[in-house]
Amino acid sequence: MMLQIENLHASIGGKEILRGVNLEVQAGEVHAIMGPNGSGKSTLAQVLTGREGYEVTGKVLFLGQDLLALSPEERAAAGVFLAFQYPVEIPGVGNLYFVRTALNSLRRQQGLEELDAIDFLSLARERMALVEMDESFMSRSVNEGFSGGEKKRNEIFQMAVLEPKLAILDETDSGLDIDALRVVAQGVNALRSEGRAMLVITHYQRLLDYIVPDFVHVFADGQIVRSGDKDLALELEEHGYADLEPSAASVVGATS
Amino acid sequence: MTATATTATTGTTESPRGLAGLELAPNGHQPGWLAEVKRSGLQWVAEHGFPTLADEDWKYTRVDAILDLPFEACVAGMNNGLSPSAIDELAGDLGGPRLVFVNGYFAPELSSLTTLPEGATVTSLAEVLATDAELLEPFLSLPLSTQHRGQPHAQDHAFIALNAALCEDGAFIQIPPDTTLPAPIHLVFLSEAGASPLVSSPRSVVLAGARSRATIVETHVGSGGVYLKNAVTEVVLDEGAQIEHYKVQDEADTAFHMAALHVRPGRNSSFSAHTLALGAAIARHEVWVRLEAEGAEVTLNGLYLPEGNQHHDNPTLIEHVAPRCTSRQLYKGVLGGHGRGVFNGNIVVGPEALGTVAHQTNKNLLLSDTAEVDTRPRLEILTDDVRCTHGAAVGQLDEEAVFYLRSRGVGHQEARGMLTYAFAGEMLNLIGVEPLRNHVQNKVAKRLRAVHVEVQI
Repeated sequence: MMLQIENLHASIGGKEILRGVNLEVQAGEVHAIMGPNGSGKSTLAQVLTGREGYEVTGKVLFLGQDLLALSPEERAAAGVFLAFQYPVEIPGVGNLYFVRTALNSLRRQQGLEELDAIDFLSLARERMALVEMDESFMSRSVNEGFSGGEKKRNEIFQMAVLEPKLAILDETDSGLDIDALRVVAQGVNALRSEGRAMLVITHYQRLLDYIVPDFVHVFADGQIVRSGDKDLALELEEHGYADLEPSAASVVGATS
Repeated sequence: MTATATTATTGTTESPRGLAGLELAPNGHQPGWLAEVKRSGLQWVAEHGFPTLADEDWKYTRVDAILDLPFEACVAGMNNGLSPSAIDELAGDLGGPRLVFVNGYFAPELSSLTTLPEGATVTSLAEVLATDAELLEPFLSLPLSTQHRGQPHAQDHAFIALNAALCEDGAFIQIPPDTTLPAPIHLVFLSEAGASPLVSSPRSVVLAGARSRATIVETHVGSGGVYLKNAVTEVVLDEGAQIEHYKVQDEADTAFHMAALHVRPGRNSSFSAHTLALGAAIARHEVWVRLEAEGAEVTLNGLYLPEGNQHHDNPTLIEHVAPRCTSRQLYKGVLGGHGRGVFNGNIVVGPEALGTVAHQTNKNLLLSDTAEVDTRPRLEILTDDVRCTHGAAVGQLDEEAVFYLRSRGVGHQEARGMLTYAFAGEMLNLIGVEPLRNHVQNKVAKRLRAVHVEVQI
């Protein structure tokens, strides 16, 4: 089992956002998490990657490790990656320098040798090609002045360099036109592998035409209210989220 | 508070008298006018005393801690076996001519004067005083500011008067018209500790001829101990001259640093100053520019990084007197520990200064709950035809950005260090002298990336 979430609750400022999430993800699987705005999808991503400020209860095991006990950087070293919905602009920090620092931080924590500038550059070039990213973005400050699509490509580029075991993609399709969506999805698909799981968080079914999931979960009011295969996404596309209610009877495939 | 000692007791080391009680060393060789300047400098101190928090321009900088120390004035020849390579280590090697001053006195054995273009002079003030003293009279007779107005000026204060009284040496740079100095002139002011706290009082004069170009770098360093460096630099630019001035204040953490940079740009001349404050317990670096010739441009950039219990004060005064001058100021502060910073920027646009463009920005990053910054951007406009902006910001590290870096595996402290360095790095990137930029980037990176900062959740 790669990821095992049991009865996960999270609140911020006294407001409960996650209200008992249960989910199991095996290596190699792609799980889509769909749901209306404000249902808690992004909070789940933030809590799994260690964003401070939430009060969290419940259990999350990642490859048998207690994920909630780890700092964000330790979670990254363990193999968890979040592609941000809103990637942060960091003026004054060069993109390539940042990604190299991140990779070497991970390698250090994993007991591996750091990559020197030359080896890193050739790795970076190869991974940039995956998302058809222009090299000029590498010398610019992290995400500064990038368009929405460029920021999302940069997220997937980082994922390609850091090679996580669990990639969480938070609304990676938001703000993308159809061409950019195709490129980003192509990058993601190239990174699908036996040893890697993905949690694809999205509001729209559109992304799932390109990144075809093994499982689809519907999020509402801080819980998974329905689970199914990729056809569930099509059903949602047709009927919308309107008639969804949290109900134990409708939960399929969630752990007990 | 203010100390006066006009009738100072006879000076013995057993009866320390504080800064105001310093006496002049007898010097039979100096011209009469210089003796008079020194006497009147001391008299100024005695009459006006040292600034207190009640003085508008000293509102945030308390100098009491300096005044009562049993200071002695420095004497020449205090090079305790330093070598040029030790200076390289302390101040960086910029590859061009270098004048080293130990406790305010020129140290030829540590200096290197490469060939200069014909007619250019780069030497010590003492040398000029010995050979051509009258040349200096207009620049030493009084602090420049008092020459413009008959009455005491906001920029006049006891430390400048004290410098006039005690100064024996400094740098003298004169560049003939239409001459470019190919390499930066590096002035290194090194303080060596003595048996008791020492005051050094270097005074430097830069005279840039019409359409001349030069880069001047001042580095202030110290080997430790308690000392006061009280430095004044005066720069006069003739028409169309272009001068870049850099100053790195990297004094010992136990030292006091008081400095004034006074600039008079000529018509269509251009002057830029880059100031970096790293060291000293209490440091104040004031810049005063009087734009009294049409079409001059001035840029002031500053970066101050107080940590521990350091105090860095950065007053600026830009007086737009003549029409169509431009001034731009960008000062940034990064404050850690119990560090305290002050930006006290003042732009005055006079009634004749039509077509003035003046911009002033101050940004501060607080790394701890106990660090503090006082920022006062001020703008006084007495004419209509101007474009002026000013603004100040004080903030903490962006926690979104910290999380972003950490989520990629960068450790918490390292993430904060990266973001802090990035904030300061903008100023370092503006340094046009490559070996200086490298030297300073290393110093700042070492400090900011290693800085221990309180974690704020």
